[in-house]
Amino acid sequence: MTRMGISLLGTILFATTLFTTASLLTGCSDSWNSPYPGSAKQTKTVYSAFSERPKHLDPARSYSSNEVEFTGQIYEPPLQYHFLKRPYTLIPLTAEAVPKPRFYDAAGKALPDDAPSAAIAESMYEIHIRPGIRYQPHPAFARDEAGRYRYHALDAAALADKTTLADFAHTGTRELTAADYVYQIKRLAHPGLSSPIFGLMSEHIVGLKELGATLEQAARARPDAVLNLNDYPLAGAEVVDRTTYRIRIKGKYPQFIYWLAMPFFAPVPWEAEAFFAQPGMADRNLTLDWQPVGTGPFYLAENDPNRRMVLKKNPYFHGESYPADGDAADRQANLLADAGKPLPLVDEAIFSLEKETIPYWSKFMQGYYDSSGISSDSFDQAVQFSARGEPQPTDSMRDKNIHLITTVAASIWYVGFNMLDPVVGGLGADRQKLRQALSIAFDYDEFISIFLNGRGIPAQGPIPPGLFGYVEGVAGLNPYVYQARGKQIVRRPLADAKKLLAEAGYPNGRHAKTGEPLVLYFDTMASGPDAKSRLDWMKKQLDKLGVQLVVRGTDYNRFQDKIRKGNAQLFEWGWNADYPDPENFFFLLYGPHKKVGTGGENAANYDNPEFNRLFEQMKDMDNGPARQKVIDAMLEIVRRDAPWIYAYYPKSFGLRHGWVHNVKPNLMANNTLKYRRVDPALRERQREAWNQPVLWPIALMLGGLIALIAPAAIAWRRRERTTA
Amino acid sequence: MFAYLLRRVLYAIPILIGVNLLTFALFFVVNTPDDMARLQLGAKHVTPEAIERWKSEHGYDKPLLINQAAEGRAQFTDTIFFQHSAAMFVFEFGKGDDGRDIGTEIRNRMGPSLAIALPVFVIGLLVNITFALLMVFFRATYLDLWGVVLCVVLMSISGLFYIIAGQYFIASLWKLLPISGFAGGINGLPFILLPVLVSVVAGIGGGSRWYRTIFIEEIGKDYVRTARAKGLSELRVLFRHVLKNGMIPILTGAVVVIPTLFMGSLITESFFGIPGLGSYTIDAIQAQDFAVVRAMVFLGSVLYIVGLILTDLSYSWVDPRVRLQ
Repeated sequence: MTRMGISLLGTILFATTLFTTASLLTGCSDSWNSPYPGSAKQTKTVYSAFSERPKHLDPARSYSSNEVEFTGQIYEPPLQYHFLKRPYTLIPLTAEAVPKPRFYDAAGKALPDDAPSAAIAESMYEIHIRPGIRYQPHPAFARDEAGRYRYHALDAAALADKTTLADFAHTGTRELTAADYVYQIKRLAHPGLSSPIFGLMSEHIVGLKELGATLEQAARARPDAVLNLNDYPLAGAEVVDRTTYRIRIKGKYPQFIYWLAMPFFAPVPWEAEAFFAQPGMADRNLTLDWQPVGTGPFYLAENDPNRRMVLKKNPYFHGESYPADGDAADRQANLLADAGKPLPLVDEAIFSLEKETIPYWSKFMQGYYDSSGISSDSFDQAVQFSARGEPQPTDSMRDKNIHLITTVAASIWYVGFNMLDPVVGGLGADRQKLRQALSIAFDYDEFISIFLNGRGIPAQGPIPPGLFGYVEGVAGLNPYVYQARGKQIVRRPLADAKKLLAEAGYPNGRHAKTGEPLVLYFDTMASGPDAKSRLDWMKKQLDKLGVQLVVRGTDYNRFQDKIRKGNAQLFEWGWNADYPDPENFFFLLYGPHKKVGTGGENAANYDNPEFNRLFEQMKDMDNGPARQKVIDAMLEIVRRDAPWIYAYYPKSFGLRHGWVHNVKPNLMANNTLKYRRVDPALRERQREAWNQPVLWPIALMLGGLIALIAPAAIAWRRRERTTA
Repeated sequence: MFAYLLRRVLYAIPILIGVNLLTFALFFVVNTPDDMARLQLGAKHVTPEAIERWKSEHGYDKPLLINQAAEGRAQFTDTIFFQHSAAMFVFEFGKGDDGRDIGTEIRNRMGPSLAIALPVFVIGLLVNITFALLMVFFRATYLDLWGVVLCVVLMSISGLFYIIAGQYFIASLWKLLPISGFAGGINGLPFILLPVLVSVVAGIGGGSRWYRTIFIEEIGKDYVRTARAKGLSELRVLFRHVLKNGMIPILTGAVVVIPTLFMGSLITESFFGIPGLGSYTIDAIQAQDFAVVRAMVFLGSVLYIVGLILTDLSYSWVDPRVRLQ
């Protein structure tokens, strides 16, 4: 063998040996392609993924879905949403009962429940916590024999070998108290936490704004000192006794009850904050923001947001049972099979970081993830539509016992008109007609079909399905854009749009007096090939009316800036519900919440006094016929004024394997992991069957390499002989 | 030698300040502190007061480069640029906008980056040199011709294609290796193989062509003719003489990248789920996390300068005629 041949062969052998060794390493116990080498099998583990690492796990800060996916399982606010009931229903979590507000006038006199909103100066929520609830094991609670905290006075030497919480030998727990909830409400005002809801809550919770200012002053005065929130009282949150606390709200704010089901109002023990505030902790990324401490069914056992997060069953969990009060559809969907069983139904959940959709989908198809979304790349592989237009899994999915889950999100996408714009804005009849004409021309039924693979419902107004105020069928159609044909809802013909456009002063898309073409500007941050086809589609919609659409692409920051300053004309925007109440959508059109001037969420800067008046009335009402009547009147106004083109309510499609049970989309709840059940034996069998390695390509590759080397070696020998 | 090293280190300081200034300027041309605050606070319920609080908390409430309101030295020191840049020169990177310590993150992520980059570098170098020498050995034959064609074809294919094809065939279709992920210790080996294989294959075209050019140039020199005249075998000529004399340009390209191996690969790490410094940088750019972007650019610059110094040192090691003064 020649030296060159040896070198090449060595490389091949090296690669082959490495390959085989690695394969054998995994092959001893797992499939060769298992992404969980060495992990225990047949355990009640949920395998899931996250595409973006969470930024914050502090309940005062975490807000986005990729964060509450974790905090929702760890922290327990006083209330939660019922897993099965629809419409969404609040039930107690750590509270004894869902609190009913008591109302007081400006003199502090109690008012009846049906007191008019104007008379109510304050609402008071008294919350009773169930006794006996304990925190997860944590070193912050560990005490020595003398009862002193073991780890509350650590020096640099004691921290030297600590990099994770597992490095602390002792852990402890303690009972949850009402003071922990009050402590967390104060934390919302902490200047160092920048809680995203501080601005909103300081308008509602008595004294929270003042507390924020006080804490800010204190922090400025002593920048290096740790603020002890127990030293700063908050008028709007007080501890009554060990298990009772009260929250005082300015005026009436019925939607506040929904916030009590979010991690923002979950308890935080002062011990945890004191523990993490010690010098040297933050340098090791040991902070409350990254190491949550809760009473929930799971605790964060492994926290590596760069790779994987592991939730494990909290050994001190207070116990909760799977709900038994589902309806017939739930029973039929086998969602009541575990009724009454103690929660959680799994011991562990492994979330792996998966940024790209291709590996995510492949692993799901190989059985390494229990459930998956459906990207546009894999849509045709996963979903087909029946003759009646209903989505169903394809045959290849059914063969693998993969189930399709669909739900309409509590969200809306819309094209907003800047109501301050001189061309498309304003409340005059001509402008209304212009916007109505454009609303008809933008054929979102077509858009949903072309770009969303049917994953959406044309929107009839700002309220999405599933929320109080939404009316199904032809009774709930937007008469300015759609019309009824029997039980069908059909878009108005383009002739109607052209007529409206002419009445608006733009016959055939040209100004009636000057003859100038109507040119509109669409601001967007969308870019890339996918966006181009969508934007071309938008231009085409207005071409039908003879109106020109100029697309102004920009980056996220500039786009936000334009919207904030009111420099955009048309723009696309969306909203996800915070809670299941129409107020959470109508407030996007409430005049005093205009983006320009107030920085509110009303990006269209719509301001109709009649709508504003009805909004103020509606937001304080209880659900019922009277509220529906007001909502109907509001819908009529915003449909007529058309400050938005109501585009669509997105429909989310997901897939789950046959071994995953108790999956019912709940768009409000973020603590549903505890209800999930898996069949690990079936999963293991399926994984084994689906992941048998195909070995012939290795042989083929080796053969190919040899075929490549052989003529070279022969030629070399021939040449050596010749030169010799 | 020491004087030379000291001089190079001193030269590095203004370069690093310049790099910092440039990064700072480029970043803040695109993003204002208000934009950064909005991105961190989320899209909902963000009030102007919340933005001011965030900026104050993170030290972005100061002027960017010159503080007109301050006096004396504070005009320059009480600015975002100085406050966020000075500490980096002692490798104190501070915290990212997510509150995590950047130094700790870098230490944690260096290992996974190296786990991919080092084998790719070593194996890639070996394969490319071997393949290049093979082409040189068979120069002006059909083997050389098809070798070059193969290199050009390999060079012409996008790196992303290798990744997707590798993932599809090796992981999805043949189920030989995990498609993505990472694990520490020996369990990490299966996760490393595929990205290493893909990266090595993706680099063969360019690398082999480059080395072939070097060796072809060397093989025409007088000392090669002398070696052959002495009766040395072609293999000995190539591996003992040509390879050794071709080392200087190889070192130029190779040694300079050794320190930067720590920085990882942006795309490979992202696609294969490797929790290295490459994906850290990509995430920071997407999240407009200036603290991390700045730290990574600074670290990259430092490592590049170290690489250049090492290259100079290696010249004198490979070629005794080169003296560092």
